[in-house]
Amino acid sequence: MRWLPYGPHAALVECGSLSEMSAVRATVAAARLPDVVEIVPGARSVLVVARPGTGALQEARQAVEAADLAHPPSADPREVELVVHYEGEDLPLVAETAGISVEEVVRLHTSAEYTVAFTGFAPGFAYLTGLPEPLRQSRLDTPRTKVPAGSVGLAGEFTGVYPRSSPGGWRLLGHTETVLFDPRAERPALLAPGDRVRFRSAS
Amino acid sequence: MRTIEIVEPGPAALVEDLGRPGHAHLGVPPSGALDVPALRLANRLVGNDEGCAGIESLLGGLVVRAGSSCTVAVTGPPVRVAVDGREVGSHTPVHLTAGQRLEVSPLSAGLRCYLAVSGGIAVEPELGSRSRDVLSGIGPEPLKAGDVLPLGEARGIPTGEDELAALRPPEELVVPVHLGPRDDWFPEPAAQLAVPWTVTPESNRVGLRLDGAPLRRAREGELPSEGLITGAIQVPPSGLPVVFLADHPTTGGYPVIGVVAPGALPALAQARPGTTVRFRAQA
Repeated sequence: MRWLPYGPHAALVECGSLSEMSAVRATVAAARLPDVVEIVPGARSVLVVARPGTGALQEARQAVEAADLAHPPSADPREVELVVHYEGEDLPLVAETAGISVEEVVRLHTSAEYTVAFTGFAPGFAYLTGLPEPLRQSRLDTPRTKVPAGSVGLAGEFTGVYPRSSPGGWRLLGHTETVLFDPRAERPALLAPGDRVRFRSAS
Repeated sequence: MRTIEIVEPGPAALVEDLGRPGHAHLGVPPSGALDVPALRLANRLVGNDEGCAGIESLLGGLVVRAGSSCTVAVTGPPVRVAVDGREVGSHTPVHLTAGQRLEVSPLSAGLRCYLAVSGGIAVEPELGSRSRDVLSGIGPEPLKAGDVLPLGEARGIPTGEDELAALRPPEELVVPVHLGPRDDWFPEPAAQLAVPWTVTPESNRVGLRLDGAPLRRAREGELPSEGLITGAIQVPPSGLPVVFLADHPTTGGYPVIGVVAPGALPALAQARPGTTVRFRAQA
């Protein structure tokens, strides 16, 4: 693990693995440091932003150094189930790439439990880890200019749901009618880092 | 209800306050006024809390009509301001009675001026802020002619005799930069950044896009997505850097060579296309 300077008020904690990243994020979050403004997980890093003129960065570092990262604090993750209509355009492609049937793709995708590792790309877009090995597939060679809101896709080690219509290169398995992001809602983003997610087939 | 009406929005008029930091882990940018000191000053002049929402006007040309009596102030670069055709000046509190028109002339220097109104623009907040975030589409739509905006209750007393000289934005900026976190991806990062860069017209509230001698890399490839902050200088494969401003994406996979010192961000927010920018690495 390395602490890299990120301007005068932030540090990027570079981690060796996704699980170490999750542990660092959970540790800093659990420390509930009032002067930590943002804790932004990435695929292999955690960005910690402090209020200027405070010692919060140092406190965050001490919390991480004192922690047993093999047993990170658990903040009672939320469990979310998303109902998916598995009729995405890339379902045949995903099945062919994996060398299995479309039914087997759906079975694999619905059998795993996923964890929100980090977010980005758009408000409420969560990168979910836990994808079964045969479904870990590359992005489309040519991204779509428009992917409809609610589309469920996969790319690399991640699966996720597009919270709103946008361009995108993930392979699409289907769609959900659940609203992923509503800025006026009490809890604007359905999925936050650490949350657990399962997919269930609508049919 | 106290209101103010948009008569002419100019090239772009957005409601902005101090933004919504603290939601980056949900993929939500901080947003908020790009020239924060200018918005704070405008609010102080009209007796508001510094964090009240005002209007960020791109290039001026903003015309509003008071729906009720209010105090207003325009800040940012020097600009002509008139009430019903009578010049009143910027950087000073101005009283409007119901029906009076305030006209902000087009800016001849700088990019963004700020209009504060006593009571603040009181549209419904989203995630704790009334700021329009152009990347995510969160917050009130860009303002258009005919929009009637609600105002909050005026509580403070407008300041009196401030003598404020508006600063004319320079044509060349020297910007202090803290190297890292990914300066090791570039040979001689400080020297490479020190050359003159030119602000391009593709710049917006998401980022300031620069043209110049492409930054050479010491290693190829991309990073696993990692967090971004305002002021981060990200280097995409073209080698032409982007300085992220308030509506920046929350994560990204290109290396960040350095971060602009926070105090230099307001000047960058006022840098017109064509402005020369030099980065000076801090020890």
